[in-house]
Amino acid sequence: MKLKPAGEAAVIAYLGERNSPEVSARIQALEHALSEQLGDKLRDLIPSYVSLLVCFDPLKTDHYEVADCIRSCDSSLGDVSGSAGQLIELPVYYHPEAGADLETLAEQRSLSWSDIAAIHYQQEYRVYAIGFAPGFAYLGDVDERIAAPRLSTPRKQVPRGAVAIADRQTAIYPAESPGGWNLIGRSPLRMFDADAEEPMVVSVGDRIRFRPITRDEFVAAGGDLL
Amino acid sequence: MTLVVKQPGLLSLLHDQGRFGRASLGLTTGGPADPVAANLANRLLANEATATVVEVSFGGLQLLAEQVTQIAVTGAELSIKVDGEPRPMWTGFDLPSGSTLELGFSEIGCRTYVAVRGGFQIPESFGSTSTVVREGIGGLQGRKLEVGDRLAATPTRRVEPLWLPPSQRPRYHRRAILRIVLGYQEDDFSHLEQQRFFSGEYRVSDRCDRMGYRLDGPQIHTSRTGLLSEGIALGSVQIPADGQPIILLHDRQTIGGYPKLGVVLSQDCALLAQLRPGDAVHFRPISFEDAHNAINLAHVFESARRLESAPR
Repeated sequence: MKLKPAGEAAVIAYLGERNSPEVSARIQALEHALSEQLGDKLRDLIPSYVSLLVCFDPLKTDHYEVADCIRSCDSSLGDVSGSAGQLIELPVYYHPEAGADLETLAEQRSLSWSDIAAIHYQQEYRVYAIGFAPGFAYLGDVDERIAAPRLSTPRKQVPRGAVAIADRQTAIYPAESPGGWNLIGRSPLRMFDADAEEPMVVSVGDRIRFRPITRDEFVAAGGDLL
Repeated sequence: MTLVVKQPGLLSLLHDQGRFGRASLGLTTGGPADPVAANLANRLLANEATATVVEVSFGGLQLLAEQVTQIAVTGAELSIKVDGEPRPMWTGFDLPSGSTLELGFSEIGCRTYVAVRGGFQIPESFGSTSTVVREGIGGLQGRKLEVGDRLAATPTRRVEPLWLPPSQRPRYHRRAILRIVLGYQEDDFSHLEQQRFFSGEYRVSDRCDRMGYRLDGPQIHTSRTGLLSEGIALGSVQIPADGQPIILLHDRQTIGGYPKLGVVLSQDCALLAQLRPGDAVHFRPISFEDAHNAINLAHVFESARRLESAPR
């Protein structure tokens, strides 16, 4: 583990060079241990692919105490299994009418669009980070056969619930927004609902599986193709 | 006690101290760009530090008071008129029933704060009233103030108005020296690049807002490529491929993948957020130990700022 200062009131911990389920599970475990140990001395914890940003209250603690705490929490974690983390299933309607880039992607790979869908839902993902916009969860790693670079011209509007791929990452758009990811389907789920008691369905470190659903199931679950 | 927005000005936003502990949802902190001035506006009216104020960028806000309301205006200097009659900044005063408060436009500095006795009554979202327009969260439906908005003040007993003597007031300038704690990817910036950064003069570009201030000046290069997105602290100095630094402020995204040389002290972020396009910026390195002392000293200094009864 490597620690670096991140300003007057934060330390960033790097737990690996490359993202992996193991590193992600370890970050999540460290996050829990630190929030117990530091309590109200903490202001925010921002987990991401290989790092955890620990923001503290500089009137209550300092870099030395926080760095010591990170090191001791890390060493008392022991081995954390990459299979740790809550498993969450997210329903997706895969179809060209729900994913504007599905057919293009299929053509480029000499696959059928249902192959693309199957490759996408036949594996497990991990939530590596949440950011960019409220509730936007970065999931990885997408199978290399369907990995695809961002569009050269981003769309002005991507609908809420759009399931998309960028490089080896995949995500469900939590709200209508501009976006340059390749769209392959739609989920009826709201990934972020500011008024709900639990505003997000997933957290960093969760394991994710996509479950293919039919058009009827999509509509019955409140999905809207317009 | 309700104030009605007659003119919102360029950008007027409701803010308390910001939204902390919600980064796991991707929510940024928000909060006043100049917390020192925002806090003083509340103190002039004996409000709680957590009371909601309006941050007015560049001026132009006009408010009609439906009932008599105690208010105070701090931050970047601009003219204040109540029904055409001038009023002072840095002083609590009465806005009579039916009168209109008119803010002019600032010329030096750009963030002015309007507080009312008791604070504006705004429902919290995710533990804060701070408006982050990019996220559509906080304030009134997550947006800036618009004509016709009604802002109620939390009913509270009147207080003896206070003022901040001129010698105690913050001053705003056309330049700032920003202290930086090196960190993050500092090792990926060569000694020469760091020398160039700390000896050069930068100017605030037109691309400056509450998310970040992009600067124009000597280009800085890094050997680092392909950084995985990571958490971004307030004041992070991000160096994109074009070599022009961006200082990330209160409405920044919570994670990002550009290399960062270090982080500007929060009290200096407040100075930066008061600068306007064309204003000058210099950087100075500071150890994290000195930064820790500086922030604790600033806290003591702020509590020692002497507020007095307003002269009649």
